[in-house]
Amino acid sequence: MPYFGSEDVVKELKKALCNPHIQADRLRYRNVIQRVIRYHLPPNEEELFDILNLLDSFLKSSSPGVVIGATKLFLILAKKFPHVQTDVLVRVKGPLLAACSSESRELCFVALCHVRQILHSLPGHFSSHYKKFFCSYWEPHYIKLQKVEVLCELVNDENVQQVLEELRGYCTDVSVDFAQASIFAIGNIARTYTDQCVQILTELLGLRQEHITTVVVQTFRDLVWLCPQCTEAVCQALPGCEENIQDNEGRQALIWILGNHEEGIPNAPYVLEDFAENAKSETFPAVKMELLTALLRLFLSRPAECQDMLGRLLYYCIEEEKDMAVRDRGLFYYRLLLLGIDDVKRILCSPKSDPSLGLLEDQPERPVNSWASDFNTLVPVYGKAHWATIFKHQGTDHCGPELPHTNFSYARQLISEENKERVQELPDSEALMLIPNCQFTAEYFEKTWLSLEVAHQQILPWQGEVHPDTLQMALQVVNIQTIAMSRVGAQPWKAYLSAQDATGCLFLTELLLEPGNSKMQISVKQSETRTEILSRFISVLETVIGTIGDMKS
Amino acid sequence: MISQFFILSSKGDPLIYKDFRGDSGGRDVAELFYRKLMGLPGDESPVVMYHDDRHFIHIRHSGLYLVATTSKNISPFSLLELLSRLATLLGDYCGSLSEGTISRNVALVYELLDEVLDYGYIQTTSTEMLRNFIQTEAVVSKPFSLFDLSSVGLFGAETQQSKVAPSSAASRPVLSSRSDQSQKNEVFLDVVERLSVLIAANGSPLKVDVQGELRLKSFLPSGSEMRIGLTEEFCVGKSELRGYGPGIRVDEVSFHSSVNLDEFESHRILRLQPPQGELTVMRYQLSDDLPSPLPFRLFPSVQWDRGSGRLQVYLKLRCDLPPKSQAVNIRLHLPLPRGVVSLSQELSSPEQKADLGEGALHWNLPRIQGGSQLSGLFQMDVPSLPGPPDHGPSTSAPPLGLGPASLSFELPRHTCSGLQVRFLRLTCRPSGNTNPHKWVRHLSHSDAYVIRI
Repeated sequence: MPYFGSEDVVKELKKALCNPHIQADRLRYRNVIQRVIRYHLPPNEEELFDILNLLDSFLKSSSPGVVIGATKLFLILAKKFPHVQTDVLVRVKGPLLAACSSESRELCFVALCHVRQILHSLPGHFSSHYKKFFCSYWEPHYIKLQKVEVLCELVNDENVQQVLEELRGYCTDVSVDFAQASIFAIGNIARTYTDQCVQILTELLGLRQEHITTVVVQTFRDLVWLCPQCTEAVCQALPGCEENIQDNEGRQALIWILGNHEEGIPNAPYVLEDFAENAKSETFPAVKMELLTALLRLFLSRPAECQDMLGRLLYYCIEEEKDMAVRDRGLFYYRLLLLGIDDVKRILCSPKSDPSLGLLEDQPERPVNSWASDFNTLVPVYGKAHWATIFKHQGTDHCGPELPHTNFSYARQLISEENKERVQELPDSEALMLIPNCQFTAEYFEKTWLSLEVAHQQILPWQGEVHPDTLQMALQVVNIQTIAMSRVGAQPWKAYLSAQDATGCLFLTELLLEPGNSKMQISVKQSETRTEILSRFISVLETVIGTIGDMKS
Repeated sequence: MISQFFILSSKGDPLIYKDFRGDSGGRDVAELFYRKLMGLPGDESPVVMYHDDRHFIHIRHSGLYLVATTSKNISPFSLLELLSRLATLLGDYCGSLSEGTISRNVALVYELLDEVLDYGYIQTTSTEMLRNFIQTEAVVSKPFSLFDLSSVGLFGAETQQSKVAPSSAASRPVLSSRSDQSQKNEVFLDVVERLSVLIAANGSPLKVDVQGELRLKSFLPSGSEMRIGLTEEFCVGKSELRGYGPGIRVDEVSFHSSVNLDEFESHRILRLQPPQGELTVMRYQLSDDLPSPLPFRLFPSVQWDRGSGRLQVYLKLRCDLPPKSQAVNIRLHLPLPRGVVSLSQELSSPEQKADLGEGALHWNLPRIQGGSQLSGLFQMDVPSLPGPPDHGPSTSAPPLGLGPASLSFELPRHTCSGLQVRFLRLTCRPSGNTNPHKWVRHLSHSDAYVIRI
């Protein structure tokens, strides 16, 4: 494999790609692509487009692994050119859709996860191909769930009718989980296309199926909060469904709606009366608390009908209830009532809906650069949330039995968590502010290096080999850029670093690891002589190198 | 990259286990995987699982689990491709991939794994390079004999059957290094299409999708060049036009990287020098615009007497293929409402069979000729059946749970897109051997053919 350190990157890349051994085996193609990502960031636009043109043919390969790998490379290299990124994502649509309908279920699933990833940034990207995401009856459950999520996200004005029809068909599916997932999906779409969805959900209530009704009522509750304009339609649909709900979440949702929107439901007090009578046999504390709140609200608007009920319920909660949270709430309401009706009104008349919450919850379109480095890895397959829990787990377990080879991703994670804390504890608030992302060309560095005198030299203890990637990452966290680094195992091992202060003062550093690997020599040159800033820079450098050294021992 | 690789049978017994990195920490990783797989909750995907600081990624192939573990965050596409390529490679070497063939060829499998993966890094998966290194022979269950009686008639006369390859022909090990002079040189080319259709309750097609592949299985020595000619009116994309008629159109096509497309533009000829073994030469897709009508239409009529709990379903299945074609192995699967007790049936021809199983009706028809229609009347007792409450006691609206009907079938010698292979020619005769046999077949089968009631 060529080492992409020289300036003739494009020439070396061409040579590598023409190697017949690599051409014959597409899995080695993928290796070449990964090397390019890891070792080289093109310094100027011309070279960047040269490299992209060379690798263009990979996007048309018949193997999905190569195509997706090339896409990731394009997305990362072209991070300053969003139109190139969009163009690449358009070109990769075809192969991704083919992978989504492939015979191999595993490939299908992984492709769907990546489609969802793309939809976070380009929601309209697959809208015209919505039919490819319709579920077949033989597909395993996990694929169907992914497809339903994708359908939710690619809805637009043209396809909403058909997508809703399809989802409506899934709501009566034999599998309870899948039916419930489809109903939640309709609820999601309802935030934008409220009328049609409410109509569909109302029809579903008419089927009087227990698992359907409970989820529909929960969806209504969320919808009423986010889209107050549908409250009337919901209130008309609700009467009669209380007989069908058996499970806790459903009952909680129903009670909430009854309490908050009783003006649209004439027989609300009688329904709540049923619940209140059975409060003793109720096992779920959240339902009881919801019931208390709802009854009190109802009491404010219809005192005559609710007074008795409320009294009995409060008596039960305070005297006989074992769960402390419920008892507490009962006591609170009782004392509030003692104070007077105005105070109660002030506290309990809260807003009935909050449409702005919908805007907060709807994730804004994330720029492609935020997930480009996760594309074509295991991160989209697990989902970001699950991935974060996995790595939190791994970080704390690191003190356990050490694996024989330091894992690159372990190292990266540890550095980002631990080192950031340690490094940020340093005098950050004081004068040393290093500018991030300041790049120097190699000639400029060399010229400046040769023209300055060594301002500071120091020797730090060191053990074992240096891992350049780890070190580079760590230095980047504190805004120190690496100009050049020797390969692992080179004797002697050298590295050249640069950093620039906010005031314009340059720090050029040489790291030298003696053969024998026991001492690392640091030489720092400064463009302006300022001793206090120099000493702070040295302490930052020492901390970083110390952390890397500690990690391996 | 990969830490361990193992193959489990469908019951979880380890058949092959190879540890590349030695970082399993003394645990039985295969056992861990199987337990985790069986205990996974329904909505989590088993494709990539995480347990105890490693990721397990697997595919299922012929009932076996091929699993790779890794502790690094690597591309799932390349891992899945590696696993499928390994499955194909093992199939090529052992004849077919199944529990039996793997158990008989354990030494060969380990040798292959040694060559393909070194310390968890992929070295090569190309059959050409591997041939030079693999020494072990494959063990087959019964030796393939040229004197297979089915192709030789009485007194040596040629029978009709010699025009049909015996079904075990394609499952011979491809890559044996026996330089057996009497070994037949054969090449099999399949045009296989998968049809995925969704038809609404009123009969209009909602979604029509055809995914096609040209698959080549070559027993010829590597390097024999061959030319495959496709229909001349084959057009790619919506705007291309060739010939005078509507032509045969596909939306997208992609080729294997070793195919030479010089003559494709002008004469629709593909040139390639395939290695021994299996290869997918071309893949294409077609949506929504089939040149021929859909193969099947279903006319259901449902009568449901709520009072007595009687459900009567009359299904008329019409085949719209051209009269010379036929469909085989047709199975109709109709989910039924909960609590169906008994079934009585009247079928229009004796070779059909219908039975009730797992909450659904299964109707099996061995063969339907193009243009004909078959029907069946099914009566069931459903004592307690919920459904739309506003309708009267006897209604023709389908009750809840009478699900969409799904059909599975095969259409031999028929392609839905109309694509045909005109010829398959070998440009140079392999030295010394008899004329190699070329078998070409066209086949369509259903992927998911769903008709809503």
